[in-house]
Amino acid sequence: MTPLTAMFLRDVRLAVRIGGGAIMGILFFLIVVTLVPLAIGPDLALLARIGPSILWLGALLASLLALDHLFAADQADGSLDVILTARLPLELAVLAKAAAHWLTTGLPLVVAAPVLGLMLNVEGKAMAAVALTLLAGTPALTLIGAVGAALSVALRRGGLLLPVLVLPLTIPVLIFGIAAANAAIVGPVPFGTPFTILCALSLASLAIGPFAAAAALRQGLE
Amino acid sequence: MALIDLANPTRFLNLANRGLPWLVGLTALLLAAGLYLAWFVAPDDYQQGATVKIMFIHVPAAWLAMFGWALMSVAALGTLVWRHPLADVAGKCAAPIGAAFAFLCLATGSLWGRPMWGTYWVWDARLTSVLVLFLMYLGVMALWRTVEDPARAGRAAAILTLVGAINLPIIKFSVDWWNTLHQPASVFRLGGPAIDRSILLPLIVMAVAFTILFLTLHLAAMRNEILRRRVRTLRLMQAGAGG
Repeated sequence: MTPLTAMFLRDVRLAVRIGGGAIMGILFFLIVVTLVPLAIGPDLALLARIGPSILWLGALLASLLALDHLFAADQADGSLDVILTARLPLELAVLAKAAAHWLTTGLPLVVAAPVLGLMLNVEGKAMAAVALTLLAGTPALTLIGAVGAALSVALRRGGLLLPVLVLPLTIPVLIFGIAAANAAIVGPVPFGTPFTILCALSLASLAIGPFAAAAALRQGLE
Repeated sequence: MALIDLANPTRFLNLANRGLPWLVGLTALLLAAGLYLAWFVAPDDYQQGATVKIMFIHVPAAWLAMFGWALMSVAALGTLVWRHPLADVAGKCAAPIGAAFAFLCLATGSLWGRPMWGTYWVWDARLTSVLVLFLMYLGVMALWRTVEDPARAGRAAAILTLVGAINLPIIKFSVDWWNTLHQPASVFRLGGPAIDRSILLPLIVMAVAFTILFLTLHLAAMRNEILRRRVRTLRLMQAGAGG
């Protein structure tokens, strides 16, 4: 077994055994989807129209909150120092951790989205479109969030710093994700145009994210 | 004199102290010239009347907001790649000034948009990307305040600056890539400027004036930051010796 695989499996096992990440994420997603109709009124036609946007926003915020788990536990018990000095390149370690994080936190959100779409009166084709765009977009959210999590890993009173740093960078993902979801439902724009840009954003974050996060970890932990 | 000669903070402070009065005078001169040209020489627009003259503040402020982030990106490279001692000071001091110019751009554009487009704000690509730039400026400033050690904060901010630099080409080309309410590029485009020289000249003068203003404020802020770090070091030494 290669160190990369070992790192990945370790994180998946920890996430599954300690639990909490996936369930909490879905729970927060559910709460957001509950709050929005309470705030804007129960008009079902309106909810059906903006349903994809609410789902995307809920998934974005839920994945943001789960980012704390990415490095905090390892930093608290000293494993992060061992990972920093190990032979596996830090960029690959970050990639493995981000992949495990997406599998255990992002993917459950993708699965939960169509179910929550029922509460928003979203029609079937729209639910499929939202799920597909979330599948393509949540890796970008995880990887961009990894950069923010790495920057704030060594801070004691980070507070709202992580959302403040990460959310502006995830705005393009949100814009294109919702554009693709809406294009599949109503738009004159073909679904492929924003969807391929969304995939490009995920691939770009896959290329840049590990390097930026690794550099941030190194400077944060010396 | 190479850039590395300025790495010595004392030498940099001497240079800054000698050069700052001249820069302040030059700034005042250029601003006076630019405002005079904009107000009295530039013609009124045949449709917009005199309101078009907000452009002479709005457009240079937008250019300077992007220039600020570009300067921070170069400073970030200086911190991470070349380990220039004053690079993180340069990056830290450019952030509030760039944020102020971004805010000025958004505010003047908003005031201009109300009579022209009928709305203070619209969520099109150009306005949204400049708003994201403003938020990223605030994010970098927040990061500087959250990390206590200046050197460590400098490296963290440098990484964030380089990651955020992707927004600059998005802002520049947003009016070309999307169908926006904001007008397309009129000055920096293939085929040269599309506006008349009587308007272009005051615009360029105001842009140069704003740039010199940026550099003056930046130099003064860098001087203050170096002195601030010296005070911090002295306090730490005093606490260590007395305790």
